[in-house]
Formats: sequence, C-alpha cells, structure tokens
Amino acid sequence: MFELLGVPPQALFGQVLLGLINGSFYAILSLGLAVIFGLLNIINFAHGAQYMMGAFVAWMCLNYLGVNYWAALLIAPIAVGATGIVIERVFLARIAKYDHLYGLLLTFGLALIIQGLFRNYYGSSGLPYGIPPQLTGGQNLGFMFLPTYRGWVVVASLVVCLATWFVIEKTKLGSYLRAATENPTLTQAFGINVPLLVTLTYGFGVALAAFAGVLAAPIYAVNPNMGADLIIVVFAVVVIGGMGSIMGAIVTGFSLGLIEGLTKVFYPEASSTVIFIIMVLVLLVKPAGLFGRAA
Amino acid sequence: MKLKTLLAATALGALMAAPALAQQISVKAGVLNDRSGIYADLSGEGSVIAARLAVEDFKAAEKGIKVEIVSADHQNKPDVGSTIARQWYDQDGVDLILDVPTSSVALAVSQITKDKNKIHINSGAGTSDLTGKACSPNTVHWTYDTYALAQGTGGAMVKAGGDSWFFLTADYAFGHALERDASAVVTKAGGKVVGAVRTPFPGTDFSSFLLQAQASKAKVIGLANAGGDLTNSVKQASEFGITQGGQKLAGLLTFASDVHALGLQAAQGLVLTESFYWDRDDGTRAWSERFAKLNGGKKPTMVQAGVYSGLLHYLKAVEATKSKDAAVVMAKMKEMPTDDPLFGKGSIRVNGRKMHPMYLYEVKKPSESKGPWDYYKQIAVLSGEEAFQPLAETGCSLVK
Repeated sequence: MFELLGVPPQALFGQVLLGLINGSFYAILSLGLAVIFGLLNIINFAHGAQYMMGAFVAWMCLNYLGVNYWAALLIAPIAVGATGIVIERVFLARIAKYDHLYGLLLTFGLALIIQGLFRNYYGSSGLPYGIPPQLTGGQNLGFMFLPTYRGWVVVASLVVCLATWFVIEKTKLGSYLRAATENPTLTQAFGINVPLLVTLTYGFGVALAAFAGVLAAPIYAVNPNMGADLIIVVFAVVVIGGMGSIMGAIVTGFSLGLIEGLTKVFYPEASSTVIFIIMVLVLLVKPAGLFGRAA
Repeated sequence: MKLKTLLAATALGALMAAPALAQQISVKAGVLNDRSGIYADLSGEGSVIAARLAVEDFKAAEKGIKVEIVSADHQNKPDVGSTIARQWYDQDGVDLILDVPTSSVALAVSQITKDKNKIHINSGAGTSDLTGKACSPNTVHWTYDTYALAQGTGGAMVKAGGDSWFFLTADYAFGHALERDASAVVTKAGGKVVGAVRTPFPGTDFSSFLLQAQASKAKVIGLANAGGDLTNSVKQASEFGITQGGQKLAGLLTFASDVHALGLQAAQGLVLTESFYWDRDDGTRAWSERFAKLNGGKKPTMVQAGVYSGLLHYLKAVEATKSKDAAVVMAKMKEMPTDDPLFGKGSIRVNGRKMHPMYLYEVKKPSESKGPWDYYKQIAVLSGEEAFQPLAETGCSLVK
C-alpha cells in the first residue's frame, strides 16, 4: 500500500469525507448568519443558541410528545423560527437604525440568557437522543465505514443550502429581498412590505440554525453549550467567505470543514485553530472575504 | 450607684461572653468548581449541596463551630480559578477550598493554597501529580486520581485480553496525566500502546480521531477525556460501528452523570472505575436520596460525594484540635482515620492522597436497568493499596 505524506490513503479519504460532513454543519449555520447579515445587517450572535434550541426541541418532541425525528425536522425549525420572529419584532426592529454593535450585543445577551435557562432546567452534561431507526447502520465504502446518518446529513444540508441560494438569487421573492437590502425606502415606495420581509428573513435564518440543530442531535451531545462551542468557528467561516455572501457561506463552510478534517490527520492539536489562522490570512489579503464585495 | 451597676453588668457580660468567644470557631469553606461548563453537572451546585449536607451531618452548630459555605465558578480556566482563590484567601477569609475539578486549575489552586498556608481538599480533579511531583503539605486529594483510574480500568481490560491500546487524549494536563498513567499500567501488564491522538479541548466531533483509532487495529480505545468530550466520543464510536467491530472502549474517567447523558443504549458495556456509586449499599443510598431531593432528582457523582466526605473530615479535625491553623489541622487530618457512610473507613497518606477502595463497574444493558440512574453492575473491587500509586513511586517531596 502506498502512503501519502506518511498517511495511508484510506485514512485520508475517510478524513476528507468526514471533513465534508462537518462542513455541512458549518455551511448551514454560516448560511443562516449570512442571510441575516445580508438582509438585516445584524450580526446574529444568538445563532449558536438557536442551533442548540433546535436540538432541544427535537429532544422535547420525542420525550414529551412522542413525536419522532422526521416530524421534529419540520417542527423544530418552525417553532424556533417563530421565537426568532418574536425576537425580531420585540427587540431587533427597535435597534435597526443604530450601529451593528447594538445588534451584536443584544443577540449576544440573548444567547447567554437562553443558554443559561436551558442549563438551569436540563443541566450541562446533556441529554440522550438516538439516531432514527431508518438511518442506523452504515455502508462500508472500502476505505471507511460511512454511517448512513452522516450521509444523510451531507445530502440534507446540500439540498437546503442550494434551495436557499436559489430562492434568494433566482426567484422574484429573492429579488424583493435583495432590493430591500439595497434600498429599503425605495423598495417600500413600490408597495413592498419591507418590515415584514425583514421579520420573515430573520425567522428563516433562525429556522436554518434550528434545522442544523436537529441534524446534530443524534450525533453530537445535546447540551446547552453545544452552540456556544460552534458559533465562534461559524463566525470565522462567515468572515472568510465574506459577510453577507450566500454562495460564499456555503462554499467556505464545506471547504473549511475539509481543511479542518485534514488538519486532524496531520497535526490534530491544531485542528481547533486552523480555521482562525486561515481567517487571519484572508483578512490580511482580502479584507472583504473570499466572496465578499469590497464596501 | 448607677455606674456600679453598669460596670458589674459589663463585667458579668464579659465573663459570660468570654468562654463562648474562645470556643466559637468560624470556618469559611469555598466550593470552587465549574458551574456553567461541561463539568457543571458532575461538580457544580451539587458539590455545594454536598458541602451543606456535611455541615448538617456534622452538627456543626451544636459543637460551637460556625461554618459558612461560599461558591464560585472557575470556568475551567486556571487564571480565573487562581484569581478567585487569591481573593478568597486574601480578602474574604476563606479557610479551605473544596472540589476544583479540571486538573490545570487544581494545580494552580494547590500552589496558591500552599503559598497562603491554607487548606485545599480536592475532589474533582484527576491528575495524580497533585500528590506526586506537585504535591503540597496543604493539599489533600480526596476522591480519585488518574493513577487509580488507570489501575482499575486499564488493569482490568488488559486482564480481559485487551492488550493493545490506542488513546484519544484531551489535550490538557488531565488528559496527558491519564494517558501517561494508563500507558504505564498497560505496558506493565504486558500490553502495548500502538498510538495516541491529542484532541483539542473541548471538542465536538471525534469521528476523525475515532477513525484513526479504528485504523490502528488496537483492541482497546482508551478515552482519556471527560465530560462532554467523553459523551461525544462514545456516542460517535457507536455510530461509526467501532464497538460493533470488536474494538472495546475504555472510559478512563466516566461519571454517573455522563452515563445519564449518553443513555444506556450508547453507553452499554463501557467499563469504568469509580470510588463511589450511589446504589452501593444502604449508607450510600440513604445519603443519595437526601442529596437527590435537593438536586432536582439527580443522583450524586463521586466528586460530589467526595466534597461531602472531605469537608466532614476537615470539620472533625477542627473540632479535635480546636484550631484552624493549616499545619495543625492537616496533621490531625492525616493522623485520624477517615470514616463516613459514603467511602467507608480510610486514611490520608503523607503526600495528601486519601486512601479508599476503587470499584470497577460495567454499564448495564438497557434491558438490565430498572430505571433512571440504575446504571452500573460491579465487576471488581480494588483496595486502596492496589488502586493508588505506591508512596515511593509518587516522586512527592514529602515522602521520606
């Protein structure tokens, strides 16, 4: 068997695939952030908490209502998205005219409150949530054992990401959204309800986070801190991709998952920092991000 | 006349107050642990509850000892923990610090305790360095350590045929210590260590590392991590078919709260070592019932039990010596045998190591469990002498 840089190729292929799987989570989460930033100009620090809420709603559905994973995949984004809509109407709409910083501080505060509440009721070590019976087991791909569930995660997130991109970039609704971003006053003058669009967009971004949360529940520990650990990385992904760029978020999400996966093979100790090193380099060379437009 | 009465009254008052003042000792104990992060469930508020129960059971008030308990969150960060410890000792009049999970924080707090000449009874941290090369005359390491865990789980797995090991190690003081101690046990028992990977702490996705472990073809994957890291790696090992493929998982530090979080479906068959399990005998059950009532129905972990037992022993020493002087109390604590319903009879060695048996458990199958918190079956008992590092090997400067 040949070796590549001292690593057997089967391990390498396996890691590339795993990187893509992790990249799926980065992609969905950074997509939600990018959508919210692109249209609302709000840096949504509560995104990690909303991802966590998605996972918890899935757990609650199963344990309190007896509702299975598939239904939770629909219910959790709607329920958490609805809380997002309330947050937008009650808080964010009031500070829309101020600097970005206010939105960031407000959502950060909300994230701390939400995480604290969940920790208080459910503790910090987490809750058990099993893989749905239809997706247990896996395939032996020759170079690695691919659990069916992980394959499903990649497919589901690709579909959701591309659908979102399509709606925003290629449909009439999307063109309203983009117009509202460019010039809200003029768009409103054409008879389009801009505040409603903004509210729904935030709700949608939050729903994406919750969707990722449900996807994560069977494979990662469901605990109140699960989002806090992830959100910083996701922010780095968004910064690298370019704030507000939809395609940038998707492509960067997957490719950084890949790079992180490879780092885990060659120098595992650095795997939690490699994304930030890339972020620094990108900011030095291209401050608007890889796919961002210079302001 | 009036003046005379007043003087007499004052004198009388002073006379009555004097013995009471002399006898009244007030102790301030600080429970320093993780109250918001991954170790909050295994220590956290539960440890504070355990400390209060110790004060209650000691009947401190009747014995003229006033005990006040304060608590704080060290966030698993050595700098935060050190700042709190200094402030407690210098400004708040804290006499002893209890618990302190997270080895890196524990080592820092132990050093500060020595500098300030106070007392630290550690229950939460794992590193055997606390009673080894970093030992201190002011620190007692109560509940467990990495050496004993390695002896228990490592020794048992090798005996059962698991003679090649691959480690998944949390990349900080505790993980390193656990890997080192477990490797030593494995090699000594005739096994070999085929590889190890250092995982960033805390981590979420361990699948890459698990695949490396799988590729190594080791018979046992030693998980030298704890809390959320452990939960994630066990969950993902079962997902990637690692346990089904014949490789065994050794949870070198697994707490009852972790098994609770994993669920028996994912955790079944895991072999682990603990010094306390709530369902061991009538004494532990009775205490755990009281504890659970105060802790939202959650049973105590060995860390929380250790906080209770450690504070109880400290208070006994204060009562016996009528002193709070660190050297005097510590000498008494080491001289007196320990005895309580949770850990039974034991002692404290000169290096600060608390001696008691360690128990080897296997996590039950879902079908064997009678309900929530019925998780372990006992496989073996190691006496304190078998479980903990022989004094001469510790490298502690207090051992002559």
